[in-house]
Amino acid sequence: MKISLGPLLYCWKKPQVMDFYQRVAHSPIPLVYLGEAVCSRRRELKFGDYLALASMLKQAGKQVVLSTLALLEAPSEYNELKKQVENGEFIIEANDVAAVQQAKALGLPFVCGPSINNYNLASLTRLHGWGMQRFVMPLELSRSWLVKVIEAAGGKLPFEIEVFGHGHMPLAHSARCFTARHMGLHKDQCNIVCLSHPQGLLAQTQEAQPLLRLNGIQTQSAACVDLSAEIADMQGLGVDYFRVSPSDLGSIEIAGLLTQGQPLPKPEMPCNGYWHDAPGMVSR
Amino acid sequence: MANLFYINSLSFKPFYTFASTKQQGELSMELLCPAGNLASLKTALNAGADAVYLGLKDDTNARSFAGLNFTPDKLQEAAQFTHKQGRKLFLTINTFPKPGEESRWYQAVDLAANCGMDALIVADLSLLDYAHSRYPHIPLHLSVQASATNLGALSLYKEEFNIARAVLPRVLSMKQVRDLAKVSPVDLEVFAFGSLCIMAEGRCHLSSYVTGQSPNTGGSCSPAKHVRWQEQDQSRLTRLNEVLIDVSNVDEQMGYPVVCKGRYLTDAQDSPEYLLESPTSLNTLSLIPELAQAGIVSLKIEGRQRSPAYVEQVTRVWRRAIDTYLQDPQHFQCRSEWDSALAKVSEGQITTLGAYERNWQ
Repeated sequence: MKISLGPLLYCWKKPQVMDFYQRVAHSPIPLVYLGEAVCSRRRELKFGDYLALASMLKQAGKQVVLSTLALLEAPSEYNELKKQVENGEFIIEANDVAAVQQAKALGLPFVCGPSINNYNLASLTRLHGWGMQRFVMPLELSRSWLVKVIEAAGGKLPFEIEVFGHGHMPLAHSARCFTARHMGLHKDQCNIVCLSHPQGLLAQTQEAQPLLRLNGIQTQSAACVDLSAEIADMQGLGVDYFRVSPSDLGSIEIAGLLTQGQPLPKPEMPCNGYWHDAPGMVSR
Repeated sequence: MANLFYINSLSFKPFYTFASTKQQGELSMELLCPAGNLASLKTALNAGADAVYLGLKDDTNARSFAGLNFTPDKLQEAAQFTHKQGRKLFLTINTFPKPGEESRWYQAVDLAANCGMDALIVADLSLLDYAHSRYPHIPLHLSVQASATNLGALSLYKEEFNIARAVLPRVLSMKQVRDLAKVSPVDLEVFAFGSLCIMAEGRCHLSSYVTGQSPNTGGSCSPAKHVRWQEQDQSRLTRLNEVLIDVSNVDEQMGYPVVCKGRYLTDAQDSPEYLLESPTSLNTLSLIPELAQAGIVSLKIEGRQRSPAYVEQVTRVWRRAIDTYLQDPQHFQCRSEWDSALAKVSEGQITTLGAYERNWQ
């Protein structure tokens, strides 16, 4: 099993993003997902910038996948998506069915991201027929779910499996921008206020229990998934990639440690419930 | 009750045929109402629903609550009753089949075909495939749980499974609905009234993050067995699987507890706020003209889990509003008595246009 680095889900200033991926280029991480998957208003990096980063990472020996938006609302977003799919060099991570449709129409292979609803073998098989080469397990599914799917396929799936193994989970997407709203701004005049919250905005219960991280239109888990203790088991099951979803520079270190088979420092608030058929926020 | 649309339904003209030939700007709109049991179904039809949607008494639909929904016998009865009145009945099979248990979902499709359902509301790819290949004559409506918000997604479902209609997630502004309707290869249905889901439906894990169950997996959002209210002095603490999602005054009118409508704290504030959304309901009465002109074929009322009294109240108001509009589109005005009648049955007694209104976003 190999380690992958998921797309950066937060909004950072361009120099920070460039610096981050320079460091990724020098890391042992073999597979890197790259692109804006949350909000089309975030334009610190343009499509051309992402392509340049993708080429740089490819030259550094990485496999690169371009991640696409999870929620498409405007025709302009759909047109931008077409451009991404037609880039001519890199495969895409489809985070909405629109990207599947585009890749399928062009006969291009693609990866299904965690927000594509793949809940059974028949659906996965259908997507594989359309060009899906790998899928990231939907976040709320478990080890036992995966075992059943693999068994139903006769012990081996004809496409790769990736598990969201470390990081804050993107739990939901809305039309509403929670960050802008919290700052008293309209979404259309948001001043890209997400730049001021490079790890999202923590929402706690009235008993001071961290619950969610508001990341623009995306709602994340406040707890950090850590499935590093399951790596040997995942390997036995046939999981191909263990995804680290980046929070900060430390994520590169984490991915590096995992690549070398080293134990990880425990996150401040770990969770692994989904993998064990429990509520996602639970830590077992 | 006489109105343009009724003349159509009473002449037994299949609505989907009518709808699929609908031109932009043509005035007709189906009123689609929920039913959690036979009493609600009869109430909805009496109050003027053109069509009713319902689900089976198991986890094949996303409103799998105890005491709700239809056994196969009741479904048969519901179909006969509805068809005698020349109206339509849609079966919702919009959860995602679990590995090793797929047959339960396939059987639901078979049952729907045997009972003569007028359409199936489906989200899962494999189930769309099954229904389309076995029963190509039954119109498929893409459930909101499939989360299709754009031309690309709609095109794929149309090309592969010949869906007749899609239910749009509650994430598009009115302008975006209009833009999509102009190019959509299928008829469009929108949520007009009811509990407001603020996330892209079918892709929200907030419920399973806290309770272990989501609409996709367990058939319900924020299952009742995980809800607990505690009263302390003059306060009511609302817990979902022990997580405190709100503290309210005991006299405060609250909606059904869900994660996205709780009051939380950030580091920068001392007083709790509805950081995502407050307990409000969607009410789009004032948008009827725009939705009609955009070519939306069906207005959906949310609430299979609600009482027959809710179904009656809401259906009556919406029937009147749609009829009023169709009789004189130029002079339609939303009446305050309609809004106040709806506010009485609304969550938190507050209503909103939700994402249809750009400012809400």
